[in-house]
Formats: sequence, C-alpha cells, structure tokens
Amino acid sequence: MKLIKQNTLWFSTLLLIVFINLSPIAFTQSGKTIKTGSKKFTENVILGEIATQLVRAQNVNATHIRELGGTRILWNALLKGEIDIYPDYTGTIIEEILADENVTNKNLKDKLSQHGIGIVYPLGFNNTYAIGMKKEQAENYGIENISDLRKHSNLKFGFTNEFIDRKDGWRGLQKFYSLSQTNVNGLDHDLAYRGLASNSIDVIDLYSTDAEINYYDLKVLEDDLHYFTDYQAVLLYREDLEKTFPKVVNAIKKLKNSIPESLMIKMNSEVKINGNSEEVVAAQFIKNKFSIESNYVESTFLSRLWYNTKEHLYLVLISLSAAILVSIPLGISSYKNKKLGKIILSVTGIIQTIPSLALLVFMIPLLGIGSSPAIVALFLYSLLPIVRNTFTGLQDIPTSIKESAIVLGLSSFVILKNIELPLASRSILAGIKTSAVINVGTATLGALIGAGGYGQPILTGIRLDSIPLILEGAVPAALLALIVQWMFDLSEKVIVPRGLRL
Amino acid sequence: MSISLKNISKSFNSSLALKEFSFNFTKGKTTVLIGPSGCGKSTLLRLVVGLTKQDSGTITVDNELLSNSNLSSIRRKIGYVIQEGGLFPHLTAEDNITLMAKYIRTEPGLIKSGISDLTSLTKFPKDKLSSYPAELSGGQKQRVSLMRALMLDPEFLIFDEPLGALDPLIRYDLQNDLKEIFKTLNKTVILVTHDLNEAVFFGDKILLMKEGSLIQQGTITDFINSPSEPFVTKFIKSQRSTIEIN
Repeated sequence: MKLIKQNTLWFSTLLLIVFINLSPIAFTQSGKTIKTGSKKFTENVILGEIATQLVRAQNVNATHIRELGGTRILWNALLKGEIDIYPDYTGTIIEEILADENVTNKNLKDKLSQHGIGIVYPLGFNNTYAIGMKKEQAENYGIENISDLRKHSNLKFGFTNEFIDRKDGWRGLQKFYSLSQTNVNGLDHDLAYRGLASNSIDVIDLYSTDAEINYYDLKVLEDDLHYFTDYQAVLLYREDLEKTFPKVVNAIKKLKNSIPESLMIKMNSEVKINGNSEEVVAAQFIKNKFSIESNYVESTFLSRLWYNTKEHLYLVLISLSAAILVSIPLGISSYKNKKLGKIILSVTGIIQTIPSLALLVFMIPLLGIGSSPAIVALFLYSLLPIVRNTFTGLQDIPTSIKESAIVLGLSSFVILKNIELPLASRSILAGIKTSAVINVGTATLGALIGAGGYGQPILTGIRLDSIPLILEGAVPAALLALIVQWMFDLSEKVIVPRGLRL
Repeated sequence: MSISLKNISKSFNSSLALKEFSFNFTKGKTTVLIGPSGCGKSTLLRLVVGLTKQDSGTITVDNELLSNSNLSSIRRKIGYVIQEGGLFPHLTAEDNITLMAKYIRTEPGLIKSGISDLTSLTKFPKDKLSSYPAELSGGQKQRVSLMRALMLDPEFLIFDEPLGALDPLIRYDLQNDLKEIFKTLNKTVILVTHDLNEAVFFGDKILLMKEGSLIQQGTITDFINSPSEPFVTKFIKSQRSTIEIN
C-alpha cells in the first residue's frame, strides 16, 4: 500500500505543478487593443505615451508597450502587427531601416507605404545625433567642433552600442572626420552621462533634445562638416489602421508639427530631471495642446509590484514547467541510450553557453516580441540542469540495486517508475531547483523584448538613473529566487522518499 | 528440474572468465562454488540469472533453454541474494519483500500469509517490517533480502557471497539459520563464497574453480584425500584453521 501511496504522491505533485501553471494568471484582454511601442529612451517613451493617450481619448482600447528595445525590434514588431504605432526618426528610417532602398526625405512616405507602414511626419523637432563633452573640459582643450577632436587622440570616447554599430553612427563619423581614436567603449546612453560626470569618459554621443545637456552643463560640438543627417521625429503606424480604425489615425495625425524642440527638451527634463512620470507629462501635453483630459492610471508602488509579479511568475512558471516535462524524459532517454544521451547533453549544453540576452534576441525573428519569445528562451535555458541531473541521478544508482531489480523479474518500465526515478528524485529535484533559480534571474531580461516582469522597473530605473526603481525590480526578483529555493527545499520532504532521507 | 550448463565460455575484454564450463546442479541439493578471486564463480551466477550473456554454450533451467524470450519467466523461478542484500533503500522491508508479488498481482491475503511465514522462517522481527533498509543491521538486511528472494516460492536459490560483509557473530547465527532453511525448504541452492569453512558447512557438493575452469568437485574429504592437482591442496591449506593458530 505504501508503495502505491508514494507513487500517487509523486505524480500528483507533478500534476499540481502543471495545474498551477495552466491557471490564467496571465492578463487577458477582450476586443482589439491598439498597441503602441517605444524604444528604451525617455523621449521615445514620452512620445509613445502621448500617442497611446490620444488613441485612448477616442474610446479605443490602447496599451503602451514601453522600452521595447532598439530600432530593429520595434520595426519588426510593427511589420508583424505586434504593435500598431511607434515613434521613430527620419534619419533612422533612411540610414538604418530602409538603408538599401535609396530613400530620401521626398520619397519617404511612398517607400514606407510599400511596407504597409504610414507616417505622421514631422512631429516638429529634430533630434539628431550630436557629439558632446563637459563644457569645462572643452574650453580647456579649446574644442569647438568635431574636427577639433582630431588633435586630441587621448580623449576617451563612450558611445551607445547602437551609435557604434549604425552606418550613420561612429564608423561613418570616424571616416568622415578622419578621427584617430580607437579607445571607444560601448555603453548604455543613460550610463554614459554618469560616466561623463565621473570623468571615466570624456566624449559621448547625445541626442540633441536630451534633457541632460543643460543639466550636466555640456558642450554640444558643432558638426562643422555636416555629417549628421536630419532626425525629424515621426510616428510610424500600420496602414491597415486607416481602414480598421480611421479615428485612431486621425487622432495621431493631429500630432503633426505640434512639438517644437524646446517643448520636447522641456518634457524630457520633466521626466528625467524632475522625476515626473511619462504618463503625467504626456497628459499635460495633451491637455495644453488639444484641451483633452486624458485618462491615465498613474501606477502605485503596490499596483506595479503586483503587475510585475504576475508577469514574472507567468514567464517563470510556464517556461519552467515545460522544461520539467521535457527534460525529465530527455534525461531518461540519455540514460537508456548512451549514444543519444551524448547528443542530448551536448545540445542542451551548447544552448546553455549562448548568452541569455543573445538567446532572447534570437527568438524575436521566430516569435516576435512579448512573453512567448521570452518563455521559449527561458525554457531552453532551463533544460540542461534538469536533463543532466536526471541523467546522473539515474546513472549513479548502485549497480547492485539495479541488478537486484532486474533479477526480481520486474519490467523495465516498473523498474524505472518504482525504483530508478524515486532513487534519482533528489538529484532531479536539485536540477529543477537550479533551473528555477536561474530562470527567475534570467527572466528579468525579458523586459528588453516586451515580456514585462521585474525587469521592467530595472530598465526604467537604469533609464531614469533611479536607484529606487532599480531596486523595485531587483529586490522582488531576489526574494522570488529565495522563495523558489525554499519551496523546493520543502517539496523535497514530499517528493524524495522517506527511506532516502534517513 | 535442475540447472545445467553445457560448454559455457565467456570472456571480458579478451580475458577468459569461463572456459568450456559444464555442470549439472542437482535438484534439492546445495552446491557451493569456491575459488580464488577472478576464477569465474560470480560470472557463472550472473549468466544463470541473465545479467550477462555467454559467448558460447547453453544454459538450461528446468528443461528450458535460457533465452531472451523466456528470461523473465525463468527469473521468477529463481531467488537471488547478493552481498549486502541489494535492497531498495527507498522502500520499507515489507515493500522490498512484496514488490514483485504486487507487480504480478498476487492476492493480498496470500501476500500477508507469505510475509507471516517468511518472518518466522527467517527469524526476522515483525515490528521491523516497516523499517527502511538504512534502519536495519547488516544481518537483518540479509534476512530481508532472503525473504524477498523466497516470496514467490522459487525452485532455485542463488547466493552470491551472501554473508561476505557481515561480522563474525552475526555471520555465525545467519549461517545456522540459512542451513536450517535450506533443509526445511528442500530447494536447489547454488552458493558462491570464498570461505572454505562456509563452503564445507553448507555444501552437499563443493566445486573448486580456477581461471574459469572446474578443478575438482565433491566433498572436502575428497579434496583432502584425492586432490586432482596440487592447486587443490594449496587452496585448502591457504585457509588457516583456528587449531593452526593455537
């Protein structure tokens, strides 16, 4: 009887895990929702929020997937219809997105239309790339324009990774101005200001509407050879909205020529320097400009925590339980067939060596943005520890015990189910525990591709240079990892047979 | 109703473990295999229970030629006990004993009476039936292992150094009890040991093996009085008796 009880326990625990995960923790929405995306810098988030609130003012469901990442991610998401609207800049479209299609300011509209994309052009300000340094240092060295940098090859450059990689970024600039600097660090735009303030770098790339230019008292170097092209802010939207939601398109078209450069700089500093939320700043803008009282829900700490926790759990639970359901059979197959096992263990091992960020980004072309690519990436990451521990757990059972079971005359299925798996349970559980903890940590990166979770406040915190916001994501993530570990320690008492715990 | 081996050869990594070995184990008798390490005695047992396969020759159990197709039915006619028991550590003593009976859906009443008979036969304390192997002494573990082997009432009992890891006092008691059990049950028993005294104590017939071949068979008297080759005498003399030490 005990034997049967033990097996039931074993299986029901497994079922419970599956059941918990299938319950609809995930948010559900009814009807079509217009989705606005934004890149992961403040100005873009504000523009995205303005568009979102304008759409919402038409009594249309609208949501803002903020801080989705770089240009490629947003453009592809727009093409696939995962988002409907996002703010971008003409220079980026001409030099980067449609670089191979001979696009000029004149034929921009037509070329975009060939991709099924419409444009609200222009919004009214030019946010071009610029090169900047501390005013004081620039005066010391007598640097006025970019050409002057040639004489100072000892200056340390810190550029955003996007700027380094772009055709119209650092590589082109270096050639165009024959700059000799090779000491160039790639870093996050928001961290660059801090690097500048702490003198660890001397020269950075800027956006000309950055709030920090005034705040940090920076010198914007004159583009004396006229290298940088225009970066007129625009909104890109899916043309099919013109048919399905004409009022949405009409609403965002009202933004044409509505935001002068000075206003954009002001809104940027409202958020970055004064610490107002993008929602508030966007709502103020809409009220002043269009006399529309827009509804926005300013999130509280608790509401954000609850929402982030739900999203994070959703990512972790689905990816982890799928990994458990797949890895244990894979581990068993590896044990039963050593040749197959070598292949399985090497493949899962190779997956584990792919940097987590890269794995997340690899998923985008296949699965787009949002939680699905994050779940698949987390799933792949969780495989190896469980497969390996299942394999070694089974492998390490003493031969005398395996042979006793064989000679008793039990079938190999019964041996696996009643003898080998229970004996390997401690090792398998340890593998699942390792996977779970890695999973909880790695899931914070999911925010970079629109999956939300605890990574969201971390991203925003980095962008706004706000330690409290970073902690709002980091502390719950660490706590969750601890809770997960603690839960598995408890479950060991249920899953690992008593005879093995003596 | 016996086990017979005919021209069995078996090698591991080009070293020969058994050479053209033939023998007929008689029904109802206890046959002890003895010999130095690596003489092939354990390999012989492993062949009979199908844990390894011979390179050539045939094994017949109960007039059935041992093959993959009848292996599991033949295993049910054999009880197998190894050194330190090979008990399943996650199951209680009782679950270890009844696992196979439950697997073949033996009637619960029969299982219950079987347990009761076996505990008396093996002198195993009933209150320890719910203990896990880790909570039992070495001697108790071997008694559980013996009950597990006897549960389905097999015709053959195969022991591979069953008492090898026990301390002398426990070993002495268990030897006495085992011999009595063999006598009571009248099973065909094959027992491997490297201890000559134990072989003499249990064996109706002793087989002395060396390098995969049978050197001599018979009783200890035969070995002493008419050794088939000098090795036999040397092997007997290598086991010191208490008298000699005194």
